Amino acid sequence: MTRTLRVQYFALLREQAGRSEERVTTSAATPAELYTELTGRYPFQLTREQLRVAINAEFCDWTTALAEGDSVVFIPPVAGG
Amino acid sequence: MSVFRFTRTTIDGALLRAELTDPASGGFALFEGWVRNHNAGREVQRLEYEAFEELAIKEGERIVRAAIERFGVAHALCVHRVGALEIGELAVWVGVSSGHRGEAFQACRFIIDEVKQRLPIWKKEHYVTGDSGWVNCERCAEVPHAHESEHAH
Repeated sequence: MTRTLRVQYFALLREQAGRSEERVTTSAATPAELYTELTGRYPFQLTREQLRVAINAEFCDWTTALAEGDSVVFIPPVAGG
Repeated sequence: MSVFRFTRTTIDGALLRAELTDPASGGFALFEGWVRNHNAGREVQRLEYEAFEELAIKEGERIVRAAIERFGVAHALCVHRVGALEIGELAVWVGVSSGHRGEAFQACRFIIDEVKQRLPIWKKEHYVTGDSGWVNCERCAEVPHAHESEHAH
């Protein structure tokens, strides 16, 4: 089963992906699986342990089930303030 | 009224302070984060802030409202800059007014600490040597989980 997601990229991941967002049609069922898939496509070096993930602009777990149309953001180590 | 905001233009502290005035308040605590000309042994020329604003605004509102409730202060407000900033510019502003100073200082400290730790905001430093790097990210491969250490203002 595949689903189409909106993936947004910020900061280092945006630069490494060469884009701010895209539609991704994937069989990944969780953010963890999606990130593994994307690391095969882009030169991402950050590991899952260094990232957080959000679905539809709320922090979530790596094992949360992805649904059709979800917006997913992988969040590199932050540096606000 | 929103209590956490982003701005792409210069932060006007006097205007923000005026939003927090209250005849029942006897104290006002302020924290300003400024762009510093050095970080982790590197000379910094300028920097850029980027944010995942949709999530950061929601989380920022939760942080400031939690501080108001937890410390019982009258008003609190946090404004964070995004975009390109020069040395000395105001990057973040946190103001708290309250009946007395103790809880104002506590709430102000709580807000800036939580903002730095939790909000999806990133800082890219441009160095005088011409190169640049995302703070807390470039050396992640070597030093995982180092991202809450050495970068306090």
